[in-house]
Amino acid sequence: MLKVEDLSKSWKDFSLKRINFEIQKGEYFVILGPSGAGKTLLLEAIAGIFIPDSGRILLNGEDITEKPPEKREIAYIPQNYGLFDHMKVFDNIAYGLKVRKFAREEIRKQVEEIAKALDIKHLLDRKVKNLSAGERQRVAIARAIVISPQVILLDEPFSNLDVNLKNKLLREMKRWRRELNFTAIHVTHSFDEALSLGDKLGIMMNGKMDQVGEVKEVFSKPKTEDIARFLGYENILEGHAEGKILYSENIKIELPQEFYGRVRVMIPPQNILISKNMIFSSARNNFKAIVEEFEDLGALIKLKLRVNGIKLAAHLTKASFVDMGIKEDEEVYVSFKSTAIHVF
Amino acid sequence: MKDNFSVFLASLGAFLVAFLIIPIAVTVSTQLFDLNALIKALNDEVVLNSLFNSIFTSTVATLISLVFGVPLGYVLARKNFKGKNFIQAVVDIPVTIPHSVVGIMLLFAYSEAILDNYLGIIAAMLFVSASFTVNSARDGFMSVNEKIEYVARTLGASKVRVFFTISLPLALHSIFTGAIMSWARAISEVGAILIVAYYPKTAQVLVMDYFNNYGLSASRPIAVILILISLVIFVTLRRVAVVKGGGSI
Repeated sequence: MLKVEDLSKSWKDFSLKRINFEIQKGEYFVILGPSGAGKTLLLEAIAGIFIPDSGRILLNGEDITEKPPEKREIAYIPQNYGLFDHMKVFDNIAYGLKVRKFAREEIRKQVEEIAKALDIKHLLDRKVKNLSAGERQRVAIARAIVISPQVILLDEPFSNLDVNLKNKLLREMKRWRRELNFTAIHVTHSFDEALSLGDKLGIMMNGKMDQVGEVKEVFSKPKTEDIARFLGYENILEGHAEGKILYSENIKIELPQEFYGRVRVMIPPQNILISKNMIFSSARNNFKAIVEEFEDLGALIKLKLRVNGIKLAAHLTKASFVDMGIKEDEEVYVSFKSTAIHVF
Repeated sequence: MKDNFSVFLASLGAFLVAFLIIPIAVTVSTQLFDLNALIKALNDEVVLNSLFNSIFTSTVATLISLVFGVPLGYVLARKNFKGKNFIQAVVDIPVTIPHSVVGIMLLFAYSEAILDNYLGIIAAMLFVSASFTVNSARDGFMSVNEKIEYVARTLGASKVRVFFTISLPLALHSIFTGAIMSWARAISEVGAILIVAYYPKTAQVLVMDYFNNYGLSASRPIAVILILISLVIFVTLRRVAVVKGGGSI
């Protein structure tokens, strides 16, 4: 439906470098990346706020790269929501319909319908100046959805909200998506937004879209070490591979397939099993480890372990942690399947 | 605790306020003891015509500055182009030129077309007052987040529609404030008008005329009427601007 091909743009000291991705109708595409990755610049290019230096943007097969914003049918919600402060909520939502010369009654009907769906019908006569951040966000979404655009672009829509409100609106956004079935590109630096809303995920760093895929796939198989580190993964090891064996420091690790030469691998902390006794299994890598310290992550405990010269992190449920009575400097056994290892 | 420093600053400020208000208060209050002269002036056709000329020409000059100055303010706020600094300097220059010189320059440039007619008065007023409208419009448009304009465009609005429904209403308070200042500057102009268009006589020129021919007391009633009219219009417009803009100016 929307295809971005080799899009590049230089802006002051920053540049977007050959961005490629495609989304389908009804898909919710989340672009995740640290601040300064170029996410907003990419959205602005798709919205038509500026023309890229090279590359193309195709919407339903039509090249819209140089079309002005008003002819694209792509609605844009900037980070501060971009509400028209001199208008009431009703007039904000009705703006796009008035532009399209809908009849007065039809405008009222559509505005009231969308306002009802987003629980803001009681605000229609209020000035937007007097709204809370959460209310402003709903008005901005209503204003975008009511014109039935092909795609809605959302720039960090939850960044101005406190945690409780954000969680509430995240749940509601999932509901609105189901009920209103819109296509969206949502940029954020927050993992929970990506995990709870995204059908598809793109990782953007330093002006490049480094990986695009299903959310689960990107989180479980980050394509590069940089992405893995950005996603918060630990246990990234470097070593020399000879066939299915990786030699790293003083340990031998069995790999899922054959590799040769220097390789980097990542062992997801949630895939490491901890036990008081050695688990014998041919499919597993087993090591004796020392518990250096542990960290409370809420429902999970993160154990920081030393295996010979290597440091590993492992996640354990709080219940298991208490049952096992693990203490610092204690000896435990760690094991992980070779298939759990991700080779970059 | 007593804030001595603030008291000190307020005292210095009070001196200036007193300096500004004393001439107005003395002139108006002195005239109130001579109401007959004030009433006589109000019935004098020459005085009434001159007042009409002043208000009419300053209002027209302000409207012209709005028609041409608001678009210029928008361009200065939104666009970067070669020569932008030069244009900005041209807008600001009239403030720095003595007004008698302005009159001479206008005569050199437009000669007979503006000599002793309404056009001449309006030209002189526009020259010395337009920068207030242009600069206020520019500041007003600069204060409107450009992203909001783009959001309106992604909702389907053309550039023209965005200008009239988003940018202009959001900058209106600032533009209105500038227009009031322009009008005030226009109605207070004498130097350039004296040279360009002594006739048709404006109230400010008539005050000078009476002062030169008949002395201080004779010029006072017209001066007081001019002060009162200016104050009433100025204060009223400012109040309207505050209410519309929801703030102070």
